[in-house]
Amino acid sequence: MATKVSGTSNTRFKQDERRRDSDHVSFLKHRRFRWLWIALVLSGISIAGFVLIDQEPRPNGGTWYGYTLGTIGLGLIIWLSLLGVRKRRINPGAWSLKAWTSAHVYLGLSLIVIGTLHTGFQIGWNVHTLAYVLMLLVIATGIYGVIVYATLPASLSANRKEMTRAQMLDALTAIDRQLESAAQPLGRADADWVIAALEQDTFHGGALGRLTGRYPRCATARALKGMAGSSGAVDRVIALLEKRRDQLTQIRGALRIRALLEIWLFIHIPLTIALIAALTAHVISVFYYW
Amino acid sequence: MAEIFAVAIVGSGPAGLSAAARAAALGVSHVLLEKTDHLSDTIYKYQKGKHVMATPSNLVLRSDVDFDAGKRETILGIWDEQIAGHKVNVKYHAEAKAIRGTGDPIPGSIQQIVTRARDGTKSVKEIQRCAPPYAIELTSGETIMAENVILAIGTQGNPNRMRCPGGDLPHVQYQLDDPAEYVDEHIVIVGTGDAGIENARGLAEDPAQRNTVSILNRGTEFPTAKDANVKALLADHEAGKLIVRTESETKSVEPGFITLTTRDGELRIPCDRIIARIGSAPPRLFVEECGIEFSSEDRTAFPKLSPVFESTAPGIFVIGALAGYPLIKHCMNQGHDVIEFINGNTELKPADEPIIAAKFADLPGNRSTDEWLEFLRTRVSILNGMNPLQMREFMLDSTARYFAPGEVIFERNAPGSSLFGIASGSVAVEVNPADPSITIPIEAGSIFGEVGLISGRRRGATIRAAEDTIVVEISRLAALKLQSQVPAAKKAIERISIERQLLQMFGSGLKSEDVAPLVEAAQVQEKRAGEIVVTEGADDKDIFIIRRGSMIVEKQVGDRPVFLSYLPAGSYFGEMAVIDGSARTATVKAAIKSEVIRLPGEGFLELLERNPALRERALKDMAGRRATNAFIESRKGEFSGAVDLYSQTAQFLVDNGIGEATDVLLIDEKLCIGCDNCEKACADSHDGLTRLDREAGKTYAHLHVPTSCRHCEHPHCMADCPPNAIKRGPDGEVFIDETCIGCGNCQRNCPYGVIRMDAKPPKKPSLLQWMLFGSGPGPGEASYSWRKKAAEKEDAPKAKLAIKCDMCSGIEGGPACVRACPTGAAIRVSPDKFLTFTKLTEDVE
Repeated sequence: MATKVSGTSNTRFKQDERRRDSDHVSFLKHRRFRWLWIALVLSGISIAGFVLIDQEPRPNGGTWYGYTLGTIGLGLIIWLSLLGVRKRRINPGAWSLKAWTSAHVYLGLSLIVIGTLHTGFQIGWNVHTLAYVLMLLVIATGIYGVIVYATLPASLSANRKEMTRAQMLDALTAIDRQLESAAQPLGRADADWVIAALEQDTFHGGALGRLTGRYPRCATARALKGMAGSSGAVDRVIALLEKRRDQLTQIRGALRIRALLEIWLFIHIPLTIALIAALTAHVISVFYYW
Repeated sequence: MAEIFAVAIVGSGPAGLSAAARAAALGVSHVLLEKTDHLSDTIYKYQKGKHVMATPSNLVLRSDVDFDAGKRETILGIWDEQIAGHKVNVKYHAEAKAIRGTGDPIPGSIQQIVTRARDGTKSVKEIQRCAPPYAIELTSGETIMAENVILAIGTQGNPNRMRCPGGDLPHVQYQLDDPAEYVDEHIVIVGTGDAGIENARGLAEDPAQRNTVSILNRGTEFPTAKDANVKALLADHEAGKLIVRTESETKSVEPGFITLTTRDGELRIPCDRIIARIGSAPPRLFVEECGIEFSSEDRTAFPKLSPVFESTAPGIFVIGALAGYPLIKHCMNQGHDVIEFINGNTELKPADEPIIAAKFADLPGNRSTDEWLEFLRTRVSILNGMNPLQMREFMLDSTARYFAPGEVIFERNAPGSSLFGIASGSVAVEVNPADPSITIPIEAGSIFGEVGLISGRRRGATIRAAEDTIVVEISRLAALKLQSQVPAAKKAIERISIERQLLQMFGSGLKSEDVAPLVEAAQVQEKRAGEIVVTEGADDKDIFIIRRGSMIVEKQVGDRPVFLSYLPAGSYFGEMAVIDGSARTATVKAAIKSEVIRLPGEGFLELLERNPALRERALKDMAGRRATNAFIESRKGEFSGAVDLYSQTAQFLVDNGIGEATDVLLIDEKLCIGCDNCEKACADSHDGLTRLDREAGKTYAHLHVPTSCRHCEHPHCMADCPPNAIKRGPDGEVFIDETCIGCGNCQRNCPYGVIRMDAKPPKKPSLLQWMLFGSGPGPGEASYSWRKKAAEKEDAPKAKLAIKCDMCSGIEGGPACVRACPTGAAIRVSPDKFLTFTKLTEDVE
């Protein structure tokens, strides 16, 4: 049982104590909005420069100030896109993904100012404007992401009710097994309703169903409407079908919230790749026609 | 009566068969008694294909039978072959029932057997020991005669038997090897522990077997089974796969039927087979009745043995797990050695000699191993009561170290649960962290570090060697063993620890004479989780120190108890009522199983009167506590919602074991987006297997306690680790080192289910390869199928070993789970810092 006394162990203890003492806040509030302030200062300086510096012949991307803004913007875009690598590569390094996310959000927003000033408000049907528009779309999807990250997790947790995804599916399987044996005494018509409910794919409904949480073709709901008999066996089956419907509601709720939390990434990331391609074209063409 | 063997060996496990092989090789007349029809039943019962480990790797094997790490089948095969090759005289189906001497009574040699009834009364039975030869009575009625007996029966004991009429019928069995073996049967399982539940579910798993399975539960709860097992069982019951019969006991058994006593009267149901899984009786009583004395009444105590493994019954030797050595290599070496000793080879040095010699190699002063052992034993007062064999074993888990004057032995706030004994020299304790020049000496012969051992918390002070000093560092395990073997040592440690705790707590220049009357009057009391120590409104006047565990303070406000604060080990409470003579202002109860030192109030008052400085400090502490209470009570009026939230969240966390944690992962579900990046980061930081399950676990008010190690103050997992592979590391983390043998004890002992058994998967292609070419499974834990396929490509199959969180020890930046959380939902906290009003009501968004 080593009571190792070494410099490193003591630093680690201090680091651990700092972690245990530290405030517990979201990425938006990280370090008292450190990155928000940095982004605001960066934007403020860019605007002040734009207003105060006399750009000849007129403000655009080709003046020395325009080049400066463009270089900063390009650097930021490249760095921001590296978040995807960062979050998949935890070691080595003593960094935190929360700080990176915080910086990503606020510096990303500051690109609206820097990018716009870089254009010098010259918009046209060309690859330069394409890059600008793609950038704004990436930022817009990002803003959606920030909003859902800040608002949806609580409902995801409430919907979960301490169950894991695997447990939700297990619960459904358990109900299905009971349904199958409870449905044995039913008549042909009623049994068909149950069979249809059991045979339907839990994940039917496609992307639309997932995002809206509406499943108009849900066979379980239809079975509940359609069951006609009124014997004890039918009542038991109806009770089980209601359990099945509630379990499906929970699973679909989880799917819907997770879909809303993830859907924007399917736009944000391809758009980022398109943006980088457009930027490459933009930069090459600018230097080619220097 | 037929021949009298020179040696009879009872039990054919690794220890017994190694002894038998040695006896055969030396030509000593012998018999090896095995109760089943195969050798080494414990290993035989391992699951098929289990990889058996051979630790400790630095110990040489000294046996006529080979053993190396490998598959269960391979090892058993080698043993069967070699035992046959040595022409060992094995007698199967020979279960010893009693062993008694047949010679003259040995004058003055009387064995006292103390049995404790459930109501706490003791009864003592006396047995007159008789000289050899011994008669070994078998359950078959046969008797075997031998001059010497070697008991190598392990610690598994025998399964408890059914005692109702018909319980001895052949269709009553105590084990289930292969659930797939039985079809079309009515099977009743008795006992709802994990074994019973697993058997019942196994038999009912495949409907094609058409078994009708019922499981009997005496009550309605399942106190001895794992939660997951109980849930699965009840789900199977719901699904109609099997029948759980609660409040049912067996009344009688007859071929084809079983009669049960249930709440609603008697019930007779068809039954072709009964599987009884009702626990097992430890072999202690049988051993004691052979005339073998144990070192103490402690449940975990081992038999008293001489350096040659001879017990208090002359001619009966005890080796292997029963003697306290659970590892296969130790057992086999002892089997070899004990036969050598019996055969007159007294010069033989134990096989662990080089290991122990290495422990003394760096110490100044040329002494032999035996001299060093004797030096430590006589110089360190708590070791005086041990015998040389115990001292050897003790040294295997301990280290002897030399420190030059001024050298640091340990630092304040370093983790550590080992105990130190000073063999020569002396040490200085830096009692004031602000001024290292103020020290208190501790002299040779005494101990230090006991607070870390008892409370499981970090070191309270830096300790340096004051002169040339030799100390023995006693690991937590060795210290616990020592206390159970030598009651006097336990008392001494307890007394010193109480005195030191008082001195440390009240500081202010007190001397041990000042607190002597209080130490004399102090009582150590154990409190179970939830037990109330102080009741609000009562007018008792004692004061308490928390020695281990932790307490929570509650106050009745309106109609509900409100959580006021959390008190970790080392805190004291109850002083307010003593100082100002008022009634108790709050209720204090144990958060987890704890120990308190109870001090009489008058003694404390006297101490205060004699020490004005101490009085001042106590009053200051008291004012601080009053302020906290008043703050919460004042808040109650204005923001009762916040106080309720605080109080209930704190209670929820304590209920989920946070009270015994030192560093625990929590997830704020107001921030968690469910990306599982924490799990992926964990897997990528540790051999590709995650050590946490984010989704599993309880949640209250959006605070989620995932399945992840809490690094308990007194880790449950450490309780029963045969190679002693679970340790507390330099940063306070509880980790499993490479000597793990994959036995799964820790997994079973962990109440929070955070240990998994799995084989280390092969290396994945790099992140870049995955991102650019899509090769490999990507970040995070690879799927089971990928791991299985990749492992098959590699030649050597890897053993399933225990894996758990090590708090990312040695990884720059600390725990990857926290660092990898994109939104700040994952936090790691310690209870004393987190269970406060500010932290629990913090607005995170």
